[in-house]
Amino acid sequence: MIDVRNITKTYSTGDNETRALRGVSFTIKDGEFVAIMGPSGSGKSTLMHILGCLDTPTSGQYFLDQKDVSKLTDEELADIRREKIGFVFQSFNLLPRATVLRNVTLPLIYAGVEEKEREKRAVASLIAAGMDETHFMHKSNQLSGGQIQRVAIARALVNNPTLILADEPTGNLDTKTSEVVLGTFQKLNEEQGRTIVLITHEPDIALHARRIIMIRDGLIVEDKTSHAQKIIRYEK
Amino acid sequence: MTYKDIFHETYSALSANKVRSGLTILGIVIGIGSVIAMISIGQGAQGSIQSSIQSIGANLIMVMPGAQKTPGYSVSAGRGTSRTLTNEDSAAVAAGVDNVTAVAPQLSGRYQVTAKGTNTNVSVDGVTSSYTAVRDVAVEEGSFITDQQNTSLSKVAVIGPTVASDLFATGTDPVGQTINIKNLQFKVIGVTVAKGGSGFNNQDDMIYVPIMSAQRYFAGADYLSELDIEAGSQSAMTQVQNDTTTLLLSRHNISDPTQADFSTLNQADIVAAASSVTGTFTILLAAVAGISLVVGGIGIMNMMLTTVTERTREIGLRKAIGAKKKDISTQFLSEAVMLTFVGGVVGIILGLALAYGISYFGGIQTQITWEPIALGFGVSAVIGIVFGYYPAQRAARLNPIEALRYE
Repeated sequence: MIDVRNITKTYSTGDNETRALRGVSFTIKDGEFVAIMGPSGSGKSTLMHILGCLDTPTSGQYFLDQKDVSKLTDEELADIRREKIGFVFQSFNLLPRATVLRNVTLPLIYAGVEEKEREKRAVASLIAAGMDETHFMHKSNQLSGGQIQRVAIARALVNNPTLILADEPTGNLDTKTSEVVLGTFQKLNEEQGRTIVLITHEPDIALHARRIIMIRDGLIVEDKTSHAQKIIRYEK
Repeated sequence: MTYKDIFHETYSALSANKVRSGLTILGIVIGIGSVIAMISIGQGAQGSIQSSIQSIGANLIMVMPGAQKTPGYSVSAGRGTSRTLTNEDSAAVAAGVDNVTAVAPQLSGRYQVTAKGTNTNVSVDGVTSSYTAVRDVAVEEGSFITDQQNTSLSKVAVIGPTVASDLFATGTDPVGQTINIKNLQFKVIGVTVAKGGSGFNNQDDMIYVPIMSAQRYFAGADYLSELDIEAGSQSAMTQVQNDTTTLLLSRHNISDPTQADFSTLNQADIVAAASSVTGTFTILLAAVAGISLVVGGIGIMNMMLTTVTERTREIGLRKAIGAKKKDISTQFLSEAVMLTFVGGVVGIILGLALAYGISYFGGIQTQITWEPIALGFGVSAVIGIVFGYYPAQRAARLNPIEALRYE
């Protein structure tokens, strides 16, 4: 359901041309848990933006659920993001003035879902992500880093997306909390069959996924599932 | 997003920093408040001038001897020594002009009037019984001059309350007392109701005697210093004025109207002229206040632009989770409109309080109607939309990737 064919992305500022992606191709099937790993400057962020429909490639095609989204307008991209993609960012995931529950319901508000239905789905999402009721009315300044990321995961889930994109989700967390968050991803992948793409520069983190795509200088250098996946048995 | 959702977002955004929101709308509050206060002062001035003009009688046309005076305000300017209006003229108008309810011929003079040991310099008007109706004068005590007293040249007088207190000690009933006008003794038969001393002449500082007595004993001749005509209705006033002019011109054998030996003054014209002056005055005041509203709007726009910049990352996040350009611009536009709306409400309350305070403490009349209030609401909403539009568009057009990276 993700089919990337020879994507390039070139930025030109004045006289300079930066070729961030130089011809990337791969497919990801439903239910896979993939890590895209590379050092900074490798083009992984650019690839994430394109996969997440925040940007379009300069050339090449991107088929998301059999539909070519590589040439859509800004408005159309926003629609796709709302319907098919759930984001978890490294930092600033939550609106600081809103409660946990409100943050998770926000994508449903933009999708026009009716109020009672919204709340039901948000609560289900939060529980699936491992957050309990005591935190629902808290604001982000009352939560720990790990809890914030789990709320972000809940929000990413709430509109039932085709793809969950996590951009360095554990970048600001300590090892123990990182394990909890990564364990949540694994649980969602196994129990709900969610397709998860994790972007990271740390090999340690990447090993938690079942497949690792390595990217360097705008090109894919390796694509393997032969590693021993680090599995976390996580119970709340 | 439903209206409820928009309201929720807007409220949470604005109440996050109440002090900032409050300061931002200060310009609008002051602007709307002063517009309301200014308009109410202007309308109050208009109302009080109108009512003082109309307190001398309604639907009034005044005919005065002598050449045309410049039209306008000064009805009290000189009764003149011209003798071109007569009792017969008065009777002819009463009989010959349609839609005339009553006529009140007058002969005025100013004399030193004395009572036992007191004296006062006062205006003495020779009038007929119709004067009370035409000039809206009522008798508090005693009675007014009758037709019989007029034709029999009685020496009777009706005095105003100010004259009564000038000539007689408090507690004395003026009715039945004797006063001296031009060395002739007149008996007081009534006292008029106080009307208040504002407007043209002080109507409480007057003495009324029968006109024929005044013509015989004071003037020695049969002429009028003024002829007042009460028209049947406001719409008939122009017709009455024109017909009276035509009639008198023909009676005086004058063919060229510019050579008329009398002039007519239409009370409605005076009211209109006064209203246009106060109307212009009101508009000017409101315009000055309106300028402060524009400044207030610019303040709102400035604050909204700052807010958009501060919340760049938030906007990026919202776009990532599926907000469209329209969702973002609607959100920020609602914030601007809510700010100005609240500012408008507070401003209206402030303006009403100011208007009330001015009339209570300052003695200047104010008049509060619903139109300026509706104007206040409308203007504040428009200001929100106009000055909030650009910042809202700026927010909507942010690139999500750059916005998310913004520090």
